[in-house]
Amino acid sequence: MKVDTREIACGAIFIAIAAAFAIAALDLPMGSALRMGPGYFPMALALILAALGLIIVIKGLGRAPSPIGGVPWRGLLFILLAPLVFGLTVRGLGLAPSMALVAAIATLASARAGMKLAAAMTLGLTLFCVLVFSYGLGLPYALFGPWSAPFLPGV
Amino acid sequence: MDLLANLGLGLATATEPVNLLFCFAGVLLGTLIGVLPGIGPTATIAMLLPITFGFEPATSLIMLAGIYYGAQYGGSTTAILINLPGESSSAVTAIDGYQMARQGRAGPALATAALGSFFAGTVATVLIAVFAPPLTAVALKFGPAEYFSLLMLGLVASVALAHGSVLKALGMIVTGLLLGLVGSDVNTGAQRFTMGFPELADGLNFVAVAIGVFGIAEILRNLENETDRDVMVKKVTNLFPSKADFKAMAWPVVRGTAVGSILGILPGGGAILSSFAAYTVEKRISKTPHRFGKGAIEGVAAPEAANNAGAQTSFIPMLTLGIPANPVMALMIGAMIIQGVQPGPNVAIEKPELFWGVIVSMWIGNLMLVLLNLPLIGLWVRLLTIPYTVLFPAILTFCCIGVYTVNSNAFDLFTVSAFGLLGYVLVKLDCEPAPLLLGFVLGPMLEENLRRAMTISRGDPMVFFTRPLSAGLLIAAALVLVVVFLPAVRAKREEVFQEEG
Repeated sequence: MKVDTREIACGAIFIAIAAAFAIAALDLPMGSALRMGPGYFPMALALILAALGLIIVIKGLGRAPSPIGGVPWRGLLFILLAPLVFGLTVRGLGLAPSMALVAAIATLASARAGMKLAAAMTLGLTLFCVLVFSYGLGLPYALFGPWSAPFLPGV
Repeated sequence: MDLLANLGLGLATATEPVNLLFCFAGVLLGTLIGVLPGIGPTATIAMLLPITFGFEPATSLIMLAGIYYGAQYGGSTTAILINLPGESSSAVTAIDGYQMARQGRAGPALATAALGSFFAGTVATVLIAVFAPPLTAVALKFGPAEYFSLLMLGLVASVALAHGSVLKALGMIVTGLLLGLVGSDVNTGAQRFTMGFPELADGLNFVAVAIGVFGIAEILRNLENETDRDVMVKKVTNLFPSKADFKAMAWPVVRGTAVGSILGILPGGGAILSSFAAYTVEKRISKTPHRFGKGAIEGVAAPEAANNAGAQTSFIPMLTLGIPANPVMALMIGAMIIQGVQPGPNVAIEKPELFWGVIVSMWIGNLMLVLLNLPLIGLWVRLLTIPYTVLFPAILTFCCIGVYTVNSNAFDLFTVSAFGLLGYVLVKLDCEPAPLLLGFVLGPMLEENLRRAMTISRGDPMVFFTRPLSAGLLIAAALVLVVVFLPAVRAKREEVFQEEG
């Protein structure tokens, strides 16, 4: 039998999301139609979503597969990593080093970026951001945090 | 007269030096991102939201609005000159605009786009000023049942007008509604779906979700095939259209404005659908349809007028009902809430200077765009030579800082990554992200009105049908759903979106 994997995957994702919300909603008081508890509306939505997912899966069975196209794995890894690194380091390292890290990681996401470009982008972007966000807009974040203190001369 | 007094108040607000300055900053920035492909108004506004928190509410909304309609202008410039629509709403303009440019008529094409947009912007501003007060008056009579039904209609209509599969769009809306419910339950204070993270008690951060599903997912999609852009532009000479051009563009502009104004009000509508519909209308009623696609000036005038009109009238439901017609309006509502302004019919009454100031600023902004765009075309085109390899790291860095400044909370950045991944996977599976964001914003509103209506009616769901206004809205929603699933309409709809893509 022909199967459209894209449709199946899409339906499956909706069903998975519905299941996750439904299971979590089981712990919440349902209430009645008159006095709906916190679990009532989410449970109803989860059931609708599961039904939609199921229909999408059924429609995907017996259909010609449609191409999904390539995935830029390198880009995916680096792009998703950048916000995580920023979140983990901005308090400890401070705004400037943290931004430099993000800029470096982001530049490397492109398959065409070399070390030279990454270095230039990091320097340029960090400088620009410090000027605009710290001095221009006056955001109240320390440029250097406690983790970077040992590396700074005279601070 | 009330209207004049209101417009006068708006003019006073809009011409305050601060507001003029940020209106200018908004349209300039809007044009910039409109020119650059790969970054749209939704991601830009999401990025800039936190920066505007320090401003007065009116100033912040004026600037954000400027970015939105400025982007429609910028997108058309590159569409005409190098056949590269900076925004999806200018994709149609590229068809005939680029042909005109190849025939050495780039100047008149650009002028047509600018003048058509300006005309549409002026009309749309007047329309908003005329229709907003009566709509506000109706909205004030709405009870929870009516609001619930209106939200249902809005959600269903946004599905009908979205790209691709109806089922998937419905799935995205329900997913969005569910995600919107994460956090403390308003009525009982119960923690819902927080998975034990105290950071989620106030719900998922709206800006983080928006940047994830729009900004990050868009970058990933662009990284799939990195190519260099060839930018070769001949010098644009002879900007002004001839007398014959003016005659040819006059009616298309008027019709485009009409089409755009109507479609802009509908949920899910706005600029993209408007420009496409206007082009189809022109082609259909033209006596010489074979000229379309070969440099017909009507094919530039009508869609450009329509996308600008649509961009502006989509403010009507947002300003009067507090209901967003598209993701950009959803972000505007987010901005208002963070500024402490409760969106809805009360805005016009409690904050008239904000309401009318934003409306009048749109007209001023449009005027700035005409004056700004024509002389600066050379500069905009040169911007296109910036390679994407340089552009997207900058976008990503600004996104990170932008999200962090909302709450100074590292958790929000993890949200960005998570939703970036989810958004990208869903886009890969042909699911449009816009309905998800719409559902996310409307989820809490929908639940609260449903609960209140049911409590008032003592648990009788018939309340939604016995109240005439509510019943009418629900019937309209049901009709929209039925129509979308009719085989004939479905085939036509697929054909329409096929052509567009």
